[in-house]
Amino acid sequence: MKLMLIAIWHYRHFILTSIRNDLRTRFARSRLGAIWGILQPLAQSAIYAIVMGRVLGSRLPNTTNKYAYVIYLLAGLAGWTLFAEMITRCQTIFVDNGSLLKKVVFPRICLPLIVSGSSLQNNLFLLATTLAIFIIVGNYPTWTWLWLPVLVIVTLTFGLALGLVLGVLNVFVRDVAQVMNVVMQLWFWLTPIVYPVNTLSGHFELVLRLNPMYAIASSYQQVFVWGHVPHLESLAVIFVASLLVLAAGMSLFRRASPDMVDVL
Amino acid sequence: MSGAVLQVEGLGKAFREYRMEWQRMLGWFGSQQKPKSESWVLRNIGFKVSAGESVGIVGQNGAGKSTLLKLVTGTLRPTEGSIRVAGRIAAILELGMGFNPDLTGRQNARYTAGLMGMSPDQIDAVIPAVEEFAEIGAYFDEPIRTYSSGMQMRVAFSVVTAVRPEILIVDEALSVGDAYFSHKSIARIRQFREEGTTLLFVSHDAGAIQSLCDRAILLDRGRLLMDGAPHGVMDYYNALIAERENATVEVHDLGAGAMQTISGTREAVVESISLFNGKGEPVEFVNVGDAVEMRIRAAIHGDIPRLVLGYMIKDHLGQAVFGTNTYHTRQMLEHLRDGQIVEYRIAFPMNFGPGSYSISTALCSSDTHLVNNYEWRDLALVFTVANQNRDFFVGNAWVPPRIEVLQR
Repeated sequence: MKLMLIAIWHYRHFILTSIRNDLRTRFARSRLGAIWGILQPLAQSAIYAIVMGRVLGSRLPNTTNKYAYVIYLLAGLAGWTLFAEMITRCQTIFVDNGSLLKKVVFPRICLPLIVSGSSLQNNLFLLATTLAIFIIVGNYPTWTWLWLPVLVIVTLTFGLALGLVLGVLNVFVRDVAQVMNVVMQLWFWLTPIVYPVNTLSGHFELVLRLNPMYAIASSYQQVFVWGHVPHLESLAVIFVASLLVLAAGMSLFRRASPDMVDVL
Repeated sequence: MSGAVLQVEGLGKAFREYRMEWQRMLGWFGSQQKPKSESWVLRNIGFKVSAGESVGIVGQNGAGKSTLLKLVTGTLRPTEGSIRVAGRIAAILELGMGFNPDLTGRQNARYTAGLMGMSPDQIDAVIPAVEEFAEIGAYFDEPIRTYSSGMQMRVAFSVVTAVRPEILIVDEALSVGDAYFSHKSIARIRQFREEGTTLLFVSHDAGAIQSLCDRAILLDRGRLLMDGAPHGVMDYYNALIAERENATVEVHDLGAGAMQTISGTREAVVESISLFNGKGEPVEFVNVGDAVEMRIRAAIHGDIPRLVLGYMIKDHLGQAVFGTNTYHTRQMLEHLRDGQIVEYRIAFPMNFGPGSYSISTALCSSDTHLVNNYEWRDLALVFTVANQNRDFFVGNAWVPPRIEVLQR
């Protein structure tokens, strides 16, 4: 563990350069570059806003702003996008970097850190845009917005912990990533992001309570839509649980490491 | 020479397959499961390399050469045995270094240097040298996807060797790319070697192995078959390839580290071989430029459809100087009977530079010894060329010039 931290410290510049390179590559590939990272969730929320808001006529309780539903959507998506990006990128992280792992000796733990940094970087762009939209539609900042860094850290840690375990497993059983693609879709719809939580009937309560993303997404919504303090207790539980899963993931990763290149 | 910088003991690598992957996973937590299949790519490999030594690793495809290099580099972990390394390793394994096609050569070079553990200051310090050595001009600031594979190789080699490592590992990579850069990179490797770098080198190119390495290791089907002087190992390796088609291989120790390899079916054998001067006297020392005649007597044991005699004159490093055969000179013999004797008289001027040379002979049925190899005999004859009365010159070949010097 100590050796791992020393290695990370020694490679800190490499990690930072790689995160920057990630952004550069995005710009290099398409004309709008990294802007797609923002446009996609925004377009998604525009679609949901039209479909759910107009067609289904979703109404949010206790809100006065006529754009309340849009704010609700964007708040939830800001959290979900970070989590989803972490999961999708972490689960294929070792497979994608297979040729590098086969040729160069470097601390492999750098890879998840690079993905975390790069996802965080993308999320910051999205958050900046989201907050700008909030202000434009008349949802002005309140003191509770200061909880945002806490929300981001909890979401990132949860995504990293789960993603690392999936990433290691996916090296050996490639179906993991395929299954997860389906699971993530289901998970998205089982989390009240697009719809308000009160539209769910009673027997979904257990599902919600077991779903960490519910606590996370609703914390974003509490902060941005209603200006409330997030569910600190649930967040604390998720954070501690994430750290435990992360520790388990690291241990799994350390034990799987010698076998990893053999099957890549 | 200081102590060993690389010590490999009882090294083995197995790739295991399990019926279910979770069985492998249980293994990580101490409950060893029986694998469905286990293939040992390397087994019982042991050798030591001292500082400044350069070792060539030869063997056929699938012999385990690349696996060995990956184990030494550290990207693969050994299944059994140990590898002890003293010092920094730089490795060029296969083509490319995992370059990002969308980034420029410079950005990729910085990235790779970072991957090798260099700090930003070190990277800033080496990048100009990398750019200069790669010699790809303005392309250095273009995305890698616009590069040819040779250009990628140039950048990769330049970065990996930007700082002299204690151990340099090169896997075939030098064969990619143009002759100019290949010479340039070999010159850099030689320079490193003189400064004390240990070299581990995999190549199919016998010439490269013999000119760069002071030792060679022959791997065959995951075993270490031979560890010795490069030309002896290369001779044995060539014989081994021929043997896959044919019969036995014999190795004679001629003393002083020289090994003679004889292989083939023995349906035709060289009974005697010697060199004669212009007066018809047998000689072992020949003056540069003198006319000589090589006489080879071959005995036929068994009816054979066709006979080709080939010979190869090699220098003391084992590099080919001249070779041909009677297929190319259109002097094949057909339908030979058991008990026949064939005598070849081969006259040529000794236009070689001073030094020791050896002749290998091959008797076979076509222009390659890989089909119907009757006999392949290395070091069939050894002779020395001395410069007794010519103007001083260096090199393997004697190409007497006529030099006009015009002073105006």
